[in-house]
Amino acid sequence: MKNKSYDEIMSQRQDILNEALGLDYQQFELEGLAFDYEKMMNECSYSLEDAIKIQRENGVGNTPLIELKNLSALARKYASAGKGARIFVKDEANNASGSFKDRRASISAYHAKKLGYKGIVAATSGNYGAAVAAQAAKQGLKCIIIQECYDSKQIGQPEIIEKARKCEALGAEVIQCSVGPELFYQALSILDQTKFFNASLYSPFGIAGVETLGYEIATQCFETYGKHPEVVICTNAGGGNLTGTARGLKKSGANNTRIVGASVNLKGLHMASDTDFNRKSFTTGHTGFGIPFATFPDRSDVLRSAARPLRYMDEYYLVEQGEVFFITELLAQLEGYERGPAGNTSLAVAFKLAQEMNEDEIIVVQETEYTGAGKHINAQLSFARQNGIDIHFGNPAESINGKNIILPESAQDINITKVDVDKLRKSYIKTMLATYNRNSNELSDIEIKYLQEELMVDEKQLDILIKSLEV
Amino acid sequence: MITKGSYVRIEKVILSPTERTSKIPDDTKIVPFKVWTKGILQKDANLNEECKIKTMADRIEVGTLVEVNPQYELNYGEFIPEIIEIDVRLKNEK
Repeated sequence: MKNKSYDEIMSQRQDILNEALGLDYQQFELEGLAFDYEKMMNECSYSLEDAIKIQRENGVGNTPLIELKNLSALARKYASAGKGARIFVKDEANNASGSFKDRRASISAYHAKKLGYKGIVAATSGNYGAAVAAQAAKQGLKCIIIQECYDSKQIGQPEIIEKARKCEALGAEVIQCSVGPELFYQALSILDQTKFFNASLYSPFGIAGVETLGYEIATQCFETYGKHPEVVICTNAGGGNLTGTARGLKKSGANNTRIVGASVNLKGLHMASDTDFNRKSFTTGHTGFGIPFATFPDRSDVLRSAARPLRYMDEYYLVEQGEVFFITELLAQLEGYERGPAGNTSLAVAFKLAQEMNEDEIIVVQETEYTGAGKHINAQLSFARQNGIDIHFGNPAESINGKNIILPESAQDINITKVDVDKLRKSYIKTMLATYNRNSNELSDIEIKYLQEELMVDEKQLDILIKSLEV
Repeated sequence: MITKGSYVRIEKVILSPTERTSKIPDDTKIVPFKVWTKGILQKDANLNEECKIKTMADRIEVGTLVEVNPQYELNYGEFIPEIIEIDVRLKNEK
């Protein structure tokens, strides 16, 4: 089949995406930069009850919420008297394909089947590919996963090669790309060619699937401990994990739970750089996705992303790569859970935050993921060392991404850096004004209200943020 | 000669350096954007020559034949003594 040119495909982007999702985003547009987010989520997706039913039928959800007593005790050792919250983890590795991503994939695959698509496509290098492949198998759909996998020397990230293996084991075709944003062009070409469903991570169906995670945390915690958790921590990349979990918590009445985002700090590494590609040890859950997707959610492969983390994120913390490796080993050694790195980004943050909270308070890390060859910390650190990254014990705060990985000397030295969320909000406003060609002094009431909801601020706070941009 | 029906990997240049998007770092701009796909060889072909495959999603794809019975080259890597060092430190820390 003759491939359409880059320009030809990109110019047809909107039509291809609409057709591939069976969803016309035009119906949600309000005016200027504003669109009706809740209409998109409520009228065109699945209710919490429906999502739970679909997931139960497909081996997804109802994972255990486990108290990490030994890890909590260690955190308490470094906290002042009366401090040191109870740390819990939602063991999402128990889902069909080994991560919370099954929740997203289950609803998308169900929806694709319902609409009569013959197959399903997802552009992802991560667990989501395995999840889509697993759910496509269950629904009897063909499946194509498109990964960014290799640098120009055809050296692949071990974790991504493992995902390819898993996707193929579950019956999918895997298209592996070299580094670059043109993966989006490749994905559009495949959608155009196959007319398959676009199982975007950012569709309302995907996010509806994650709401059940928030619901389960709220209900499991309430039923067992008589209250909702004080804090839930979500590893943040594209924003869907945090958005869906927060929505599920709120729908379950956990309105006072603080929603905290956590990402690995990959400052200094360019996500589209061929040489930086294999100099990082985390392929997701890092700032290379977390920050740009928070400040401009619509950079994704749908026209209006359903993943909008600034709507829900109360606080946002960063940890260093070495700290996540360290806590991953602690989870195995102290608690007996050998799990993958992504969820443990949140665990590193939880370990530190717990030390500032009261000892009767509950902090929930909302995911784990499977581990194994390629994904294991030994495989990751070995790959880093092969790529000339220096690994040593010391002060993780002095880490230089792409040059070294510094492991903390002790659990006491795990530290977190607080992100200034107002700075992200300002960046969001700036990007939205530029994208929609709007001037801050001509915004309509509808646009003002929309921005307040998007950024979780009142009118006065929004005014201050906008004014600070004008200076 | 690789026989029809073999499971192979093909490589294809999708965009040459001059065709790539301008919004990428210089080190990425100087190399082509490539994809690798696996599937069943549709006609006998030679390594490093163009061939046609049928993928697991039943797509017909054309590219350069680069590998027969493609392997998963992944493992737990070389031993990292620092991981044991974490375990030892932890015993003293509890």
